[in-house]
Amino acid sequence: MFKKFSTSTDIAGQTPVKTSVQRSLRTTVLSQWKIEPETLDVIWPKKEGLVHVKCREHLSIYTVHGEPIFFQHFDGPIYPTLRVLHKYPYILPMVRVDRGAIRFLLAGAHMMCPGLTSAGGYLPPPGEALAAETPVAIHAEGKEHAVGIGITKMGSEEMRKVNKGVGVETVTYLGDDLWAVQTI
Amino acid sequence: MGAKKNRDKNRDAPAAAAAEPTAETSAAGQEGQPPPEPKPPVQVLYCAVCSFPPEYCEFGSSLSKCKEWLQDAHSDLFQKYYSDEALQAKIGTLSLEAQSKLEQDAAKKEAKAEAKADAAVKKKLASRITIKRIERNKRKHVTAIHGLEAFGIDLKKAAKQFASKFATGASVTKNPQGQDEIVIQGDVSDDVLEMIEEEVGLLKGIPADNVEIVEDKKKKPGD
Ligand SMILES: [Zn+2]
Repeated sequence: MFKKFSTSTDIAGQTPVKTSVQRSLRTTVLSQWKIEPETLDVIWPKKEGLVHVKCREHLSIYTVHGEPIFFQHFDGPIYPTLRVLHKYPYILPMVRVDRGAIRFLLAGAHMMCPGLTSAGGYLPPPGEALAAETPVAIHAEGKEHAVGIGITKMGSEEMRKVNKGVGVETVTYLGDDLWAVQTI
Repeated sequence: MGAKKNRDKNRDAPAAAAAEPTAETSAAGQEGQPPPEPKPPVQVLYCAVCSFPPEYCEFGSSLSKCKEWLQDAHSDLFQKYYSDEALQAKIGTLSLEAQSKLEQDAAKKEAKAEAKADAAVKKKLASRITIKRIERNKRKHVTAIHGLEAFGIDLKKAAKQFASKFATGASVTKNPQGQDEIVIQGDVSDDVLEMIEEEVGLLKGIPADNVEIVEDKKKKPGD
């Protein structure tokens, strides 16, 4: 989503978000992320104005003090930025890719099932299986911090069974153009 | 208890709010009970060279510089990531060929990045800034400045600086060629040149020889 993104050409405008809209956004975020309201208040203080940065192709980035904190495509799921995820790694369920997949991910590739099902990879156990279209933190073998954020393209059990094709679509990753934007 | 009214309307938006949609539906924050403590964030260290967490520097395009920095700034982490055991361990499930391929790639990437940086410096030295005085009608002019971004200047901030310096309007807009430029209301071209020469505020590191003032008398079709 942010392989090619430039704050000078891809931003259509910035508007402060109305209080009433902020409230409903907050509810949505709380329902989608595994986060306590009081922790969310630290990332996104109630008294601070949230700014909606409208970008090309129905992409919305939301900022506090100019710092991107989450984004959304159309009315799809709300993703934290990778920097927010690094601070609060538990807010999204995690998957892990093996070491071989890291450099492809850092080039913006989507994650193929074998990279997730191999010895270095990780998918949640059947008891906590992920459904398709779930936002996930993408971790990497041998690394402590997430390397990207993605969305599952099939259920985690299906990934194990089928074991080919794209398992997780990469949404943002370390070093992409959103990562480069520290403040808008 | 504390029925605090929502008085601080942080409305920085310029005008345009015709009908005022007051947000007083179901306000009243939950400021009753002692609030539960928020969970503290994980403190993540980012590499000062490539901005990645240091464990990912090996995948960046500046590994040797990253390593230098880490050794200086956080020698304990340097040990953790680059000691022999660490290097052995991190290969993980990767085959040996894959690992050496990875290292080759890293070296290649680094060389490429360096060449790119060199080219960027050269380009910077060669890039020109034009200050264009544009006639809007007989008496009114605007001044368009083009090319500042090549010198690493934040156009929006620079526009703000001009706006407050000249007490006029200044904005960042696209010219018909699709490039960003700063447009200042009024004819301030000579003053801008002076500011660049004196390196006022953000306008640092621009050789005055790279700046030229041009006149544009023709009316441009509006956007
Ligand atoms: Zn680094």
